[in-house]
Order: sequence, then C-alpha cells, then structure tokens
Amino acid sequence: MNTEVLQNFVTNLKDENPNWVLDVKDALGEVSVTINGEFIVAICWFLKSKKDFDLLADLCGCDRGVEEDPRFEVNYHLFSTKHYNRLRLKVLLTEDDPKVNTVTSVWRTADWHERETYDLLGIKFENHPDLRRILLPSDFDGHALRKDYPLRGYEPYSLT
Amino acid sequence: MGLENQIFESLPDVITVKLDAVINWARKSSIWPATFGLACCAIEMMNSVSARNDLSRFGAETFRASPRQADVMIVSGRVSRKMAPVLRRIYDQMPEPKWVISMGACATSGGVFDNYAIVQGVDKIVPVDIYIPGCPPRPEMLVHAIMMLQEKIMTESVKDRRDTIESESRKSIVPGTLPVTEGTALEDMARLSDVKPYTVESKHERRRSS
Amino acid sequence: MSVVLENSANQFDVLDQSLESQMTISMGPQHPSTHGVLRLELVLDGELVVKTVADIGYLHTGMEKLFEYKKYQQGIVITDRMDYLNPLGNNLAYVMAAEKLLQIEIPERAQVIRVMFCELQRIASHMVWLGTHCLDIGAMSPFFYCFRQREKILNLIEAASGGRMTPSYFRIGGLMMDLPAGFERRVNQFLDDFPDAMDMLETLVTGNTLFQSRTKGIGVISGGDAIDWGLTGPCLRGSGVNLDLRKHNPYSGYETYDFDVPVETDGDVWSRFRVRMREITESYKIVRQAISRLKPGPTKADAPKIVLPDRDDMRKHMDSLIHHFLIVAEGFSVPEGEVYHAIEASKGELGVYMKSNGGPKPERVHFRGPSFVNLSALPVLAEGEMVADVVAIIGSLDIVLGEIDR
Repeated sequence: MNTEVLQNFVTNLKDENPNWVLDVKDALGEVSVTINGEFIVAICWFLKSKKDFDLLADLCGCDRGVEEDPRFEVNYHLFSTKHYNRLRLKVLLTEDDPKVNTVTSVWRTADWHERETYDLLGIKFENHPDLRRILLPSDFDGHALRKDYPLRGYEPYSLT
Repeated sequence: MGLENQIFESLPDVITVKLDAVINWARKSSIWPATFGLACCAIEMMNSVSARNDLSRFGAETFRASPRQADVMIVSGRVSRKMAPVLRRIYDQMPEPKWVISMGACATSGGVFDNYAIVQGVDKIVPVDIYIPGCPPRPEMLVHAIMMLQEKIMTESVKDRRDTIESESRKSIVPGTLPVTEGTALEDMARLSDVKPYTVESKHERRRSS
Repeated sequence: MSVVLENSANQFDVLDQSLESQMTISMGPQHPSTHGVLRLELVLDGELVVKTVADIGYLHTGMEKLFEYKKYQQGIVITDRMDYLNPLGNNLAYVMAAEKLLQIEIPERAQVIRVMFCELQRIASHMVWLGTHCLDIGAMSPFFYCFRQREKILNLIEAASGGRMTPSYFRIGGLMMDLPAGFERRVNQFLDDFPDAMDMLETLVTGNTLFQSRTKGIGVISGGDAIDWGLTGPCLRGSGVNLDLRKHNPYSGYETYDFDVPVETDGDVWSRFRVRMREITESYKIVRQAISRLKPGPTKADAPKIVLPDRDDMRKHMDSLIHHFLIVAEGFSVPEGEVYHAIEASKGELGVYMKSNGGPKPERVHFRGPSFVNLSALPVLAEGEMVADVVAIIGSLDIVLGEIDR
C-alpha cells in the first residue's frame, strides 16, 4: 500500500515543530509516529484542525513487557472522514510515572477510551474530567492487562 | 371438547390427592422465567420463545422482568465478578419456590474464559438445578432443560420450599444498600453497623448442603 | 418521607420542594430493555432526563488479557463471543489483522465467501436489532417475524461452519472449509423469500404511526457532534455523514461490489432506524452479487506453515501431517510488528489493534468495539428526553454488551 500521503502528514508535523516527532515507522501500509508525550494535545489539535483528522478511531494502551523501558505505550488511531486516511500516534511512557495529558478536549470520544486504558493498564491521563475505573469494579486490586498481573487474578480462585 | 368435558364425565365431584402432587403439578405447568440475559446464550434464550421453538408449549414463555414474579432464573451467559452480587441479589429477591437453570458452558463452569474476570461457575453463588452444556446451547436444549426441570419439580415436597423467615432475611444486606423497612433511616443505619453476612442461605440451600 | 413531614412546620412547603428536586434512579443491570447488563444512573427532573451516567463492565470477560495467552488461531474462538450478534464480522476483523501481519494473500473464492457471510450476518444482526428495538418500544409481533428470518440465516451459517452463533468460520489464511454441496441453492432459496419478508416488516413497523411518534425527533445528534463522539456505522450515517468503510477503506474486495450507502440527515432515532432498514436491502444486494461470483477454487491460502491442511492431504502426505502437528502444538510465529485493521461491522467501525513480538502468541490485541464508542455518546443523546425515550435511544444505538465490556 502506498503510504506517501501519510508520510506527508509526518513531514507537516516535523515542519510545524521539530520537537514533536521522535520516530517514524512505515510498515505494512501503516505509518506509526512516535511523538513526544508532552505535546500530545498540541499535536492532536494540529492534526484535527489543519489536517482534518476529525475522528479518533481508537485509543489503546499496551504493556510492552516488564523488563522493557519505557514499559508502556499509548496508541492513538486517527481517522479522517474527509480524506479517509489513518495515522497512528504513539506515546511511550515509563513504568514509574505512566501519565500523559488527556485528549478529551480535542475529541470527546477519548473519554471512555482513556478510562478503559486507565482501568486496565493504570496509565494516568492528566486533566481528564472523570478518570475512574470503567470496566472493573471500583475496588479491584491492580491493573488487569499489565504483564505482571496473573491471568487468574489475585483473589481466591473459588470465585474467579 | 375441552378438558372440562372429559373431567366432568370421568371423575367424581370430590377426589383425594396428595397435596405435593397437585401443587407440584400446578407449579410445573406454568414456570415463569426471569429475564436474566447476560451474554450470547441470552439470544438463544430469546430464540427459544420465538417462532420456531415456541417455549409456551411447555408453559414457560412468560418472561418476567421483575424477579418478584419469577419462578426460574435462567442464567444465560458468563457471570462476571462485577455481576455476581447483582445475580445473587436477584436470586434473593425471587420468592420461593425458585429454581435456577445454568445455561451454557460459561455459566456452568466459566467456559473458555478461565481468567480474573469471570466467575467459574454460577453454582458458586446460587444453587443450580439444571445445567445445560453447549456454547451456546441450542434453543432445543433449553426447552429440554425446562422439561427436565418439570420432572424434577414433580419429585419435590412443598415443605422444602418455604421462604426464608423474615427475621433471618433481614440479616442479609448487601453492603452499601438500605432495605425498605418501616423504621427510620437512622435506625437502619444503626442496624447496618453490625457485621452482616452478605447473604443468608435459603431453606432449600441449607437442605441441599446438609 | 413521613418522618420529614411530621417534623416540618408547613407540610406543603416540603412537598413542593421534594417535587422540584431532582431524583436519581438506577436502571439496570437487570432490565429488559438495556440489551444485556448495562446499568444507567439517570438524574431526573420529573420525567425529563437531566443527566445520564452509564455504568458498564457487568459483562467484563477479560478477553483482551486472554488473547495474550492464546495462540493466534485460538483467538478466533474468543472473537465469536465478543459481539455475539455479528460473530463473523468479528472473525473477519481479527483474521484480517493477523493476515496483514503475516502478509498472506487470500484466494478469490474465500474472499467472496467471506463477503457473502458477512453480509448475511449483517442482515441477521439487524434482524435482532429490529426485533428488540420494536420490543422495547412496545411492539411485540415484529420480534417473531425478525427471529424467523434470522433463524434461516443461522441455518445457513450452521450448514457451512457447524455452529449457529459461534461459527469461527474464517481462519487465518482462508476459511475453515469449503461450502457444503448445494449451498448456493440454499442461499438463493433464502434470498428469494427475503424481499417479501422485508416488505412485511416495513409494513409492520415503518408505516406504524405509533412507532413513528416514538422515534421521530428523539435523541438528536448533529453530524459534527457525532464525529466528535466517535460514532460510526448506522449511528453516524443517520446524522448525515457518509462514511462506510466498505466504500472508503475497502477490504475483502468490497470495492468491486455495487451497493449504495444509505444516509439520513435528521440524526434522530427514526433516521438511524431508516438507515438500518435500508442497509438490510443493500446487504441483500451484495449477497446476491457474491453468490453469482462463486467459482470453484481453493478456499485456503497457499501457506502450509500457517493454514491447516485438508484432512485428505494429511492421510496422503507426511508433510501435511507434520505441518498440522506443528500448527496445532506450537502455533506459527508471526513477524514482529503492529497493525490496526478496521472493518465495517453491523454496528460501526470494528477495529483490531494487534501487536506481535515475533512469537506464536500476540503481545497485545485490542478491539475497538463500535458499541463501546456509540454508547459513550448516550449522555448527549438522552439529555432533555423523557425516561421512556431513553429506551428508544438505547435501542437505536444497537449496542451489544459483550463487545462493550469485552
């Protein structure tokens, strides 16, 4: 698949602010841009207002492994209802302080996605209007999707 | 040519029967399930009341949204840990006599989901009368389960199916909820401060475990 | 209540205040019209909804965790139980993401069969939606007619895959097996009867003035807001935005089929209803085209280390037996990388984010469930509506809790 159009967006990002883009990966017809997490809101605003990426298709976290550093990543899958292209933004987060600014001010759909990521991976989204658990009960211990969380959980196995 | 004509012709005015037999016969002929759709199996449960597998042929098509009006709880689907207290609450709200059908592999044993989120078998929370295998079971299997339940009902005794005494059922209060009582809210709060068991076993459950 | 009244000087004052104040009620998780185990906290002012807070997770199954412990081909089974009204769509999204990572090509016949089944499944899914939506609003009889049609489609799926609701028919690299003999005839038989059934449903529901008054002007959302809230599928097209991934990000050869994308502009429950009803007809058209394109050929990709060999081959060739053993016992390793693949499922954009670390098990599989995102817009849709209309709005979003909670 031709990713020339997508590469143009990356060039635009780099032109706008050279500090934004840390790494670009072009594989399997998809372009994945690793960005500096500090600027996430500015980058998203830029892509939404200037480049028509008006739909946040998906936001998901990922635990890269206990030994990895940085351990966590957050993937933003952007989609445009005007030119129908997809772009992936990636923010890398360290284990000690996994937090990134919320993008709910850019796309309101990010609300539940970020809550889910917080619930299952423990990544904190700063300035989120209502950051609490969404899928698991509020008294749940730990974050289920982390690699060091056992599949069957910590609770007595009688119930689980 | 209804049943009435035949009874009129062939039976005397007064007959003597075993109380259990006649009550059980009445009970088994109109089992009202509670709508307790959880997951995939719920769709097959809906299917069993629709055109092809008309469950009403067996007197069990009247699905009740309120547990107070229901006789059998068809646990159709996987029970998550978050859902488990709700499920038990609804079971407690159902009046005796009550039965439970565990529909599908997930409700019976956790199915393919052997993980932190799913209760490995609904029988850890409520007493189950009939287990249906399958993922999801076909509607015919649910119909068969209802028929098996009817057979089981015929073997029961009325004496075992009494409601929990009210004084005992007061003990079971789900944390964080207030029961509806005649007393004031303050008195209720005082009562809540005692350590309460999460739920009280019904007579039926106690009999089974002994 | 009685306690308060006794203590107060003026009883009527207190009564007035209590009538003006807002009331919070909890709807669900065991409620017949929440389509499963959704719980809503509704803040009401009289009968008007002031605020809605959706509480989900009552069906959280830990599927995304489970994927990490299963081989790629075992994951297909889990996807069936995600959106259980559209299992073949889930299969397709998952399988295509894996195929993208593996970079294998699927034979033409398998593509056509996939498209055919996806569209049949879409009709079946919309049938359940129509039946339950009408049931929620108060019409009982469409439910029976809808399930009758769905039953016919389930029979077709069962004939091909052996499972009614959990087919797992699409496999990485093709299909589980080829269609059974005489399958085209059975599909044609269904298709011949279907327009009449559809006409009947249109007469039963669409022309019903009660139904119209319960749905028109209820739960309105504008196109811009709908995009902002991430709505996709019929919910977005009901708000006047023409977005269908089958047209705009085509996959499985959808670009070669002739079909329209129904769009309605009002953005209310009625528009979403109309979009889905018209979509059924479009799906019907696609199935017709797909069935005419079926030509004999292989249904599995030529990748012996990934695709399970035919039973017949295993009896004759030692290689096939070894491959079969290795795939089942150890799985196949997938090259390192990450993909996001999105398809147009019956409820909207179903996206799969799959990340591989080079081993036989994925490092992360994330499903972007359309129901999950569509439901998150419920507070906006329900604000200012009556309590009874919340039920109609939930029905028009066509949510499946299995997909929301995963």
